[in-house]
Amino acid sequence: MDSSAQAHEHNFPERAGEYVRIGLILFVLTAAEVGAYEIAHRPGVPLHEFMHTGLIPVLVVLSAIKFALVALFYMHLKWDGPLLKGIFSFSLFLAVFVVLALLMLFIYQGTFSAIVGPLLGAAGS
Amino acid sequence: MDAQTLHPATSTGIPNRKLAIWTFIGSECLFFASLISVYVVYRGKSLVGPYPSEIFEIPLVTAGTALLLFSSLFVVLALNGCEQGNRKKFLGWLAMTILCGFFFIGMQVYEFTHFYHEGLTMQKNLFGASFFTLTGFHGTHVAIGVIWLLTVFFEGVRGRVPPAKALNFEIAALYWHFVDVVWIVIFPVVYLMN
Repeated sequence: MDSSAQAHEHNFPERAGEYVRIGLILFVLTAAEVGAYEIAHRPGVPLHEFMHTGLIPVLVVLSAIKFALVALFYMHLKWDGPLLKGIFSFSLFLAVFVVLALLMLFIYQGTFSAIVGPLLGAAGS
Repeated sequence: MDAQTLHPATSTGIPNRKLAIWTFIGSECLFFASLISVYVVYRGKSLVGPYPSEIFEIPLVTAGTALLLFSSLFVVLALNGCEQGNRKKFLGWLAMTILCGFFFIGMQVYEFTHFYHEGLTMQKNLFGASFFTLTGFHGTHVAIGVIWLLTVFFEGVRGRVPPAKALNFEIAALYWHFVDVVWIVIFPVVYLMN
């Protein structure tokens, strides 16, 4: 059996062109991330002020796009059923929740203690 | 052996092993989320140096990142070749993926050695502890992925990965993509947002 006949029998589509296009987009996005970092750290270059203050949101957006492209196209989630999409989305939701919860807990710990501590003390007395 | 025998029908309609690897990947998301959170929480809290801005070599890590991204492309092309019964495409792209994996590990070994000589250890400060834990665990995952892909490669050389058994390779490829996806998050958070 030749390769095309085997591919037809197992119903595997040819997606090499699409994968290469996604690869190029990922490469460009990575270059954009490093470019944003360089602009933010070089005073005097165009967009320096914007990147100096907005570097983190820009990097978050770019890496989120890269993450989504790999998960959807390379990990085939775009073509997979709702069960696999659900498992991954739910895990991702929990992961983001863990990150945000820990950041809130530690970053706002001082503020939280300052507000709640006296209230608890007053309630205790 | 036909495809039906190799992948018997399941109640979910998804091969059990594929469901298992996705569940495992889900649990790994939480694992790395915790490590990344710890790194971010401890950012800027080190009392003694060396500090991230003093020792990071962004061009080197960018090259490693590009290699890992390309390896993700190569492995998906290899899977495409495997599914189509194109042995040359399958083994060629898989060999390229493994090579990229080795280069990435080499980059990380060089980086860790360099940092050690600069005085950064796990005991030195909070940055060292959280950095080595996070990137060390990721590097371990990459090393496991390389070993897994090498196993598939040698099985492929022996002709034991026909299109009907492409799922065996797909599972390894999913793991490899996950390792890449984690680095997509680690790279900006650790190296670019310091």
